[in-house]
Amino acid sequence: MTGRRGQVGPLLTSPAPRATHRPVQRVVEVARRRPVGAYVELVLAAPDIAERSEPGQFVAFAVGGPTSAHLLRRSIAIAGAGDGEVTVVVAPHGPGSTWLAALQAGDTVDVVGPLGRPYPMPADGTPALLVGGGYGAAALVGLAARLRAAGSPVTAICGAASADRLSSVEELGELAEVVVTTDDGSAGRQGWVTDAMAGVLGRVGVVYACGPMGMLRAVAEGATAAGLPSYVAVEESMACGVGVCMTCVLPVVGEDGRTRFSRSCTEGPVFGGDRVRFADVGALPWDVVGADAMGVVAP
Amino acid sequence: MTLVDAAVDMTTALGAAPIPSPVLTASGCSAFGQELDPFIDLTAIGAVVTKSVQLRARSGRPTPRMAETPSGMLNSIGLQGPGIDGLLADDLPWLAERGARAFVSIAGTRVEDFAELAQRLRGVPGVLGLEVNISCPNVESRGEVFACDPVAASDVVAAVRAAADPAQPVYAKLSPDVTDIVSVARAVTEAGADGLSMINTLLGLVIDPDTMKPVLGGVTGGLSGPAIRPVALRCVWQVHQALPEVPILGMGGIRDGLDALQFVLAGASAVSVGTAVFNDPTAVARVHEELAAALAARGFGSLREAVGYAHR
Repeated sequence: MTGRRGQVGPLLTSPAPRATHRPVQRVVEVARRRPVGAYVELVLAAPDIAERSEPGQFVAFAVGGPTSAHLLRRSIAIAGAGDGEVTVVVAPHGPGSTWLAALQAGDTVDVVGPLGRPYPMPADGTPALLVGGGYGAAALVGLAARLRAAGSPVTAICGAASADRLSSVEELGELAEVVVTTDDGSAGRQGWVTDAMAGVLGRVGVVYACGPMGMLRAVAEGATAAGLPSYVAVEESMACGVGVCMTCVLPVVGEDGRTRFSRSCTEGPVFGGDRVRFADVGALPWDVVGADAMGVVAP
Repeated sequence: MTLVDAAVDMTTALGAAPIPSPVLTASGCSAFGQELDPFIDLTAIGAVVTKSVQLRARSGRPTPRMAETPSGMLNSIGLQGPGIDGLLADDLPWLAERGARAFVSIAGTRVEDFAELAQRLRGVPGVLGLEVNISCPNVESRGEVFACDPVAASDVVAAVRAAADPAQPVYAKLSPDVTDIVSVARAVTEAGADGLSMINTLLGLVIDPDTMKPVLGGVTGGLSGPAIRPVALRCVWQVHQALPEVPILGMGGIRDGLDALQFVLAGASAVSVGTAVFNDPTAVARVHEELAAALAARGFGSLREAVGYAHR
């Protein structure tokens, strides 16, 4: 064991490869806007970004207009791309996301994308399980479509705290067998997505997830325990989204078995689920490359 | 914009090294340049000022590393980077192949570290010069920051100037967190600095009202962005007034061409655009265009005529 603590034996995933296309920056118009439960779905007229997008990638918005005091970009997963349009699901919580959620059809916004590494595809026809937490489920819609097109039967589990915090259940329902869970039982089964996973893992060959960190960890650990490769798209806060600020790093085991602080924007957001050292997020373990130069020594 | 460019001579220099544009990236805000390649022509900007490199690879600090603040941000990255070996093997050749100029920021915790880095960078293709990041703790002085002590700062600069390639200008990057920035500027200039980069971030703190603990893993962090621009401009003004012959690379909250113009008028002969790149990956190229237009609109035929104009 060198990298991931508690891991015995070889890892089940390879690092996600880079995307095919480079990102572009555009000022685009909001084509449509639709409130969905606690969220707002924005459809952007962004053909240059749509034609370059792959499932799992994200876009980064400047917020507040050109004189905004909020300088940092807001990164949001692409929920759909096609016909010259890019769809995102915005969860308003801070000033930036609240500004985005208030955009109306006809408003313009500065967006950079597509960014990050897409979900790697399995061999054609491999049955797949997709697990989405809250608005994270939106990031799985494009993936479900691509998997179906490649002959994979798809099962999707959408979970949230409550019914109004579910996302993309309808869209995923057109592409996959969908199971819904909520913490409070206000929709679907009461419980967590991991409860619903147990019955599905035996009949799939790969697991994909997007959602909050705690859920990604539980899904990745469940998949790894079942001997299945998993790929998770993380939602770390980023200042730039393009790889220059170094704020969005996570401890991730590389191809060589060594752990590095890897940028969620350019080396992610999709990581092998068994490569992210979830228990060490927010810490500096001694075996991270370069920890010795920070004065952290092996125990 | 092409017409404007033709009208105003935007060429300048870092020390004796000529550059075609007075607008550069800022250390720590554009990594080693590669990530900006999809957005701007790296060969057209003044130079890529690299993230500070040290002798060894560094992991940087644990997260959270960033907190957004009014018109700015606080960061505590901890100089994550590949170390000088990685820089020489990967990042600098990549820039050199494209014809982009690198202004390499070097950092260390003892004088000899800085000197060794300068020595390793002698004659490396594409390396235009060195920016000495003296805002590091000095392990031989109980962790006091070099930049806050004129003697320690001078020791570093003298050692770097002695070890560095004579063709590479050496700029000392000054911290605003000092009582008298002019005395530090004078000391490092007398120690051999060919120019001054100013300013580095200001030390700041954010506490999360919910957890009631500091937000950043490193507790304190460096404040950057437009929030610090008046402080930076004041520092450039004071130093140019005292040492008008010393070239200044001005930085601190520059977001558009008129911001850059203020630094030039205060005495900067070149500027770095840092945090604004997080907001707009084209910011460095855009600021060049906007500055050229602003100079033309004010009747300047060249950037050089405008340097320090506000003092005259």
